[in-house]
Formats: sequence, structure tokens, C-alpha cells
Amino acid sequence: MRGPIVEAEGVVKTFGPIRALDGVDVAFEPGIIYGLLGPNGAGKTTLIRVLTTLLRPDAGTARVAGVDVLADPVTARTRMGLAGQFAAVDDYLTGRENVEMVGRLYGLRGDEARRRAAEVLERIGLVDAADRPVRTYSGGMRRRLDLAASMVGRPQVLFLDEPTTGIDPRSRIDIWNLIQDLVADGTTILLTTQYLDEADQLAARVAVIDHGRVITEGTPAELKDTLGGSVVELTVPDDRRDETLQALATVTGEHPAYEPSTKKITVPAPDGARTLMAVVRRLDESGIVPDDITLRKPTLDDVFLALTGHVAQDQTQTPAAPAGRPRRRR
Amino acid sequence: MTTAAPPRSRVTLAQAIRDTGVITKRNLLRNVRLPQLLLFSTVQPVMFLLLFNYVFGGAIGQAIPPAAGGKYINWLIPGLIVQVATFGAGQTALGLTEDLSKGVIDRFRSLPMARSAVLAGRTMSDLIRNALIIALMLGVGFLIGFRYQTSLIRLLGGMAVALAFTYAMSWVMAAIGLAVKNPEAAQSAVFLPVFPLVFASSVFVPTQTMPDWLRAFADNQPITVTTNALRGLILGEGALLPGQTVEGQILAALAWSAAILAVFAPLAVRVYRRTVS
Ligand SMILES: Nc1ncnc2c1ncn2[C@@H]1O[C@H](COP(=O)(O)OP(=O)(O)OP(=O)(O)O)[C@@H](O)[C@H]1O
Ligand SMILES: [Mg+2]
Repeated sequence: MRGPIVEAEGVVKTFGPIRALDGVDVAFEPGIIYGLLGPNGAGKTTLIRVLTTLLRPDAGTARVAGVDVLADPVTARTRMGLAGQFAAVDDYLTGRENVEMVGRLYGLRGDEARRRAAEVLERIGLVDAADRPVRTYSGGMRRRLDLAASMVGRPQVLFLDEPTTGIDPRSRIDIWNLIQDLVADGTTILLTTQYLDEADQLAARVAVIDHGRVITEGTPAELKDTLGGSVVELTVPDDRRDETLQALATVTGEHPAYEPSTKKITVPAPDGARTLMAVVRRLDESGIVPDDITLRKPTLDDVFLALTGHVAQDQTQTPAAPAGRPRRRR
Repeated sequence: MTTAAPPRSRVTLAQAIRDTGVITKRNLLRNVRLPQLLLFSTVQPVMFLLLFNYVFGGAIGQAIPPAAGGKYINWLIPGLIVQVATFGAGQTALGLTEDLSKGVIDRFRSLPMARSAVLAGRTMSDLIRNALIIALMLGVGFLIGFRYQTSLIRLLGGMAVALAFTYAMSWVMAAIGLAVKNPEAAQSAVFLPVFPLVFASSVFVPTQTMPDWLRAFADNQPITVTTNALRGLILGEGALLPGQTVEGQILAALAWSAAILAVFAPLAVRVYRRTVS
């Protein structure tokens, strides 16, 4: 297929006064993993719900696998799979029954659904537990089963909303491997995540969404490059913080980012060690002695912090502010 | 593959029926896997049966028509069947709110299945479930002395009238549950309006002893009419008030069920559409 496999243009969705999606434009190429990043309440789930036909937007258009999801939702649904933010599996059915049922609802005949369920369960590593009621499953197993169910229809596009949130590191790796396998088979995957290392590891491209708008899009490497080659990270005593932030703003012409939960200040360092030295000199002139200062490669967390003004796992809600421009917290 | 506007595909009737079957089976499996659910639903009517029969039976027994063969339980059973039909329908609201809160409905809606199958399958499985509970209760009734006074065919006819009523009530409950959304809130939202309706009826006691204003209501509301239809079928015309006929009560009961269905099925579908998007 030529051109993007998932496309959205000017998608707006409001819930009363909340503009959950405020004009989203995306165009995702087929055959890769896309990471959709954004703080809590950014609109990730809402965007996925629009793309998977669960929610009608107030404005805009969306196409998935060449089908207009608003004009022809039934056909669109045959081409996609969804594993929502919370595993939607039936506790009192067995794993196999859960997957078979979804297969039947994709329109497979009884024996076909059975064969396909066995295949998917094998692939997802749940064969041994397949005939146990799901209520005896661990959280990670439930997630995997949910993923299995979203795969039965051989979707061209798979939407995974936070597929690894709240599960232990080992199960997380299992799910990562599975996602990578799927993409190797040609499925396009759109996943949201709160873990930026996950996006860094898995996603070929990421889109950052904040306040209902896509504020940047690119490969993880491209995004990190926007911060320059390195970042200077420092901590200062609390009573000198405001002063430090003001002082450092003059060093590179870019605003330093401050994250309250870690008390860390980060400054883009396009010139590497030279920037570090400039920072140190500037601090010295102001008589500020940092508790700690390092020069390091930027991570997606830094990109995220610079773009949205807060860290990804931050659970607090920020007041509405114009999107697309770095913000700092006081 | 990306040709011009693809034809809008619709779900066929055959597929809708098949999907409804899949959902019905899924809902019923829950009752099989958690048999205590079915048991709890049967315990309450059986308890009512025993309590009313042995505690109030002697006192109320004086007021019941002779068509009951002199036994309060014969008079009580048709009423209890309608009571079970009414309360059992509440399960539809609880099941739907639970599916909503667990994200199961979202999963269904992301699949290329017939949308109507979610509500059709839910009401169908609850109909089957309520039929089972009624059968279980009849069994207990037989054990402690219930005997129909007409014929087996007429008893089965009575069941059919009761099932039509419970099916219609399921759609009322579906609309309530979908409007309330939250499973805990649905509990009270469903049972609060139903309780007075069941008691201000001919289910437990003849309406003649009620004050006039209450009796005017009680004699004409669907639970009483349906109960009367069942009594007429199971015990004969002598169980009805003077001037009432068995056919008249059956027609009135079926008309009520049809009317409830005609109003609440489209309403439930509307509320469903609004709730889920
Ligand atoms: N059904 C709804 N009714 C009202 N507001 C809603 C609804 N769904 C989402 N919102 C609001 O829309 C905004 C975007 O929510 P959304 O769930 O898309 O965020 P998210 O990026 O998925 O967040 P999270 O990381 O917490 O999952 C939030 O402010 C949320 O409160
Ligand atoms: Mg979300």
C-alpha cells in the first residue's frame, strides 16, 4: 500500500468545556511501530478511540488502512485491532474462549475461529493457561490475552493503548518481543505509552501529543537531536533555583527546563563540553554552587520535558496553557 | 488498495443473528461458570415462596378465591412467577453496566460485528436465564404442594406470557442501566422503582382489600394484569375478579408487554448510542 496507513486531519473532540482533541493531524506510514506519547489527559486515548471508530469526532476526518472510519466504520473495523487501556477480557471465560469469541465476532466460522485462536495463543505464549478461567491469570497474562484477542482478525493496523502499563518488567519484555514480531509480519502498530524508554526501544517514529495537539513527530533520534547533541543536567539548592533558571536562560538562548519531582534542571547543550563550561562560568559569576552537574546524551524524557514542561509519568494535571511551546513550572 | 470511496458495507441480518448468538452464549457461560449467581437469584424467590406460604398463607388464605383449590400456594405461584420475571429483568441493567465499566463494550464496538448484537444478546441471555429461574421455582413449588388447576398446556401458556413480560422489562432495565452506567448505582436505580410496583399489585394479596385509590392503580398496572393472566391460565377463570375473563387478561398482558417493548427497546438503543460515544 502506498501512502500513509493511518491518517487524521483536523480532528477535534470536545467533552463539554474540555478540548480533548484540538485539531489533530497525523499521517503514519505502514509497517512500523509508532509511539504516541503525551502526559496524562493529553488526548492519546481519545485519538485512539476516534481512529478505532469508538468515538465520533466533532470535526475532522480519519482514514485507517484506506477506509474512512467515519463513512464506513464497519469495513474499517475489519482491518484493525484494538487493545484498550484496560484489558477487556472476560474473567469467567477461559483464555481460549475469550479469543475464540472475538474471532467469531470478526466473522470467522466456528472451526476457523478455533484454529486461529489456537494459533494466536501459541504465539502469545498462553497455551498452558489457555483452558483456565481468566480470573486465575496474572495482570501480565491478562494483558497478553487482550493482545491476543486484538490479533485474531489479522488486522493491518493494531492500536495498543498503554500495553505495558502496570505490569512487571519481565512481562513487559515479553510484550515488547511480541510487538516486534508482529511488526516483522507487516502489521502497523500504533501504541501509546507513559514509558519513554519503551518508545525509544520499540518505536521507529514517535508523535508527541499535548493538550489535544500533535506538537512534534519524528524518529526518536531526530527528536533528541532537536535538543542539540547533549544536555547539561544540574541540581541547585532550592533557594537559588529561580535565580539559576534566569541566569541560565542567557547562556544558550533557550529556556532551561525544570522538573519539580526530580528537582533537576536541564539545559540543551548544542556545543557539548563548551556549553557545560559556559554554564559553569555563568553559575560562578552569580555565586551559585550546584549540588550536582553533568553533561549527558539527551533521552526522550528530555525531549518530552522540553516540549511539554513535565515528565511523562507525572500524574498531576497541568492547567491549560498554549500547546506547542515549552513551559516551565515554578 | 486505496481506491476511491469504498462502498459503505453493512452488517447483514444473518451476521446480526450469528453475532447475537455469540454474545448470548458468552453471557450464559457466565451463569454456568459462576453457578452461585443463578443460585442466589433463585434463593430469593424461593424464600419469598416459603415465607409467604407458611407465614402469611393461613391469614391470606381466607381471602383468596376458591379457584385456587383452597391452597394459598396455588394462588401465590403465578404471582411469584411474575415477581421473578420483573426482578430478573434487573439483571440486564447489571450485566450491561458491568460490561461497560470493564471495557468489554468498547472491545465489541471495535469489532466488525453487528452493533445490535450487544443489546439483543444481553436481553436474549437474560430471557433464557429468567426462564430457568422460573422453572426452578416452579419445581420447588411442586415439591411443597403447588398444583395447576387447569392443564399443562395452559400452564405453559402462562409461562409464555410471563416470559414475554420479562423480555419487555429487560429492555426497560437496559435503558435504565445504560443511562446510569455505574454498576453500583444501577443496583438501586433498577430495584427502587420496581419494588413498589411489585407490592402494589395482585402478586401477593388480592387487590380487593386495598384502599380505593391504590386499588385503581394496582388493578391496572402491568404486573397485576400479567399476574391475572397467569392465574387465569393456571387456576381458571374463577381466580379472577368478577367481570374479568382469562382471554381479556391475556390480551391485556400481552398488550402491556408489546407496548413496553415498543417504547423501551428503541429508547435503550438510543441511550446505548449516546452512552458509548
Ligand atoms: N468520556 C469523557 N468525558 C469527559 N471527558 C473526557 C472523556 N474522555 C476523555 N475526557 C477528557 O479528555 C482529555 C483527554 O483524555 P484522554 O483519555 O484522551 O487522555 P490520555 O492522553 O489517554 O491520558 P492518560 O495518559 O491518562 O490515559 C482529558 O482531560 C479527559 O479528562
Ligand atoms: Mg489514555
